[in-house]
Amino acid sequence: MPPAASRPRLTVAVTGLNATDSPGPGVAVIRALRETTDFELRVIGLSYEALEPGIYLRDMVDKTYQLPYPTAGTAALLERLRYVQEQENVAVLIPNFDAELYNFIKLEPQLRALGIHTFLPTLEQLEARDKLNLAAFGAAHGLSVPTSRPLYSAAELPTAAETLGWPLVLKGRYYDATVVYTPVQAGQAFQRLSGLWGVPLIAQQFVAGQEINIAGLGDGHGRALSVVPMRKLTITDKGKAWAGITLEDEALLALARRFAEVTKWRGGFELEIMRTAADELVIMEINPRFPAWVYLTAAAGQNQPAALLRLALGLPVPMMEGYAVGKMFVRYAWDLITDHTEFQQVAALGEL
Amino acid sequence: MKLKKNIATSEAGFIFNPATGDSFAANPLAADILARAKAGLDAAAIKADILERYDVAPGQLEKDWDDLLAQLREFNLLD
Repeated sequence: MPPAASRPRLTVAVTGLNATDSPGPGVAVIRALRETTDFELRVIGLSYEALEPGIYLRDMVDKTYQLPYPTAGTAALLERLRYVQEQENVAVLIPNFDAELYNFIKLEPQLRALGIHTFLPTLEQLEARDKLNLAAFGAAHGLSVPTSRPLYSAAELPTAAETLGWPLVLKGRYYDATVVYTPVQAGQAFQRLSGLWGVPLIAQQFVAGQEINIAGLGDGHGRALSVVPMRKLTITDKGKAWAGITLEDEALLALARRFAEVTKWRGGFELEIMRTAADELVIMEINPRFPAWVYLTAAAGQNQPAALLRLALGLPVPMMEGYAVGKMFVRYAWDLITDHTEFQQVAALGEL
Repeated sequence: MKLKKNIATSEAGFIFNPATGDSFAANPLAADILARAKAGLDAAAIKADILERYDVAPGQLEKDWDDLLAQLREFNLLD
């Protein structure tokens, strides 16, 4: 590994610093990026809330700027990123939230003109794997997915239950899901989820089995340059992996490669898989970004965020073969200590 | 008894299935049997060795052997 001083300096900006109990992937992405041997990195955090833990991880994040919420639109985002670029000369930006991707993809040409490179899926790819379109996506590509239907009002619940059976999975458009077993539970869940995330919700057929996630990196030409499957060993009440282990299973690798091939996926992705008792692999969800456990890919020998950095810069990335099987992560909670002046700096001035 | 070829076993009796992420703890005798099976010994040879080393009736050994196989099969560890 070349000494840090001899490596070219590069500034990279990363979102998703909310390393909470339902974590954004940003901190894990940064941790993996920090292990690159290609560059000496300066890492800029991009946050939405003043209490996102990553802001205060000063050994990981050199400087943080707050961004306008995605609902503010592309113009507000571009204006803010122009300001950030004047200060920082960001070479690569890695967005990590589903809800912000639309804006970043739309702004790709403008960002490039500013000198900011990204490596993102196309809008068509983003739309195709949307929860609302997953059934059609599966049918179009011959991939096994659960039957689902959109729900715009609670009045549609009985029909959905009749079609999909009990129990039923209700999902928010971008986040959150719950399994309901009765009409009363379904009604309550609809109110809660629609109150939080708006409509439509997605009603999905319940599939029993073992939860497996696959982190991958598509080159945009049909190749998955890296694929690492992980089984959740501990799952939080929000359904997030709190511990996991890498698996050796050719069928899982083949499924992820097929996904990248048929979609020509560009960028990081995560497949949420259910392996049924009959050994069928059902794709429950496709996330258009790296997962929060992506550091495990680096720990297992395939540093996906570091590879994405190279792809964004137009540098070659070879197919990554082989990874450590049985490599585990166990997440933990840690109380970061900071000072109110730092918090005020972020809350009042929008940067730290 | 044929263990799946990618199953990892340790002297301490830990068994790890890399395809599923499952891990199990075997008692010393089960760990010994699995180690011998992994080394390529067939069932008859392993049983003969157990009968020689332990005070166990052949009928009881057969019963316990079947129980062990049933568990290994249930845990998806056998080919």
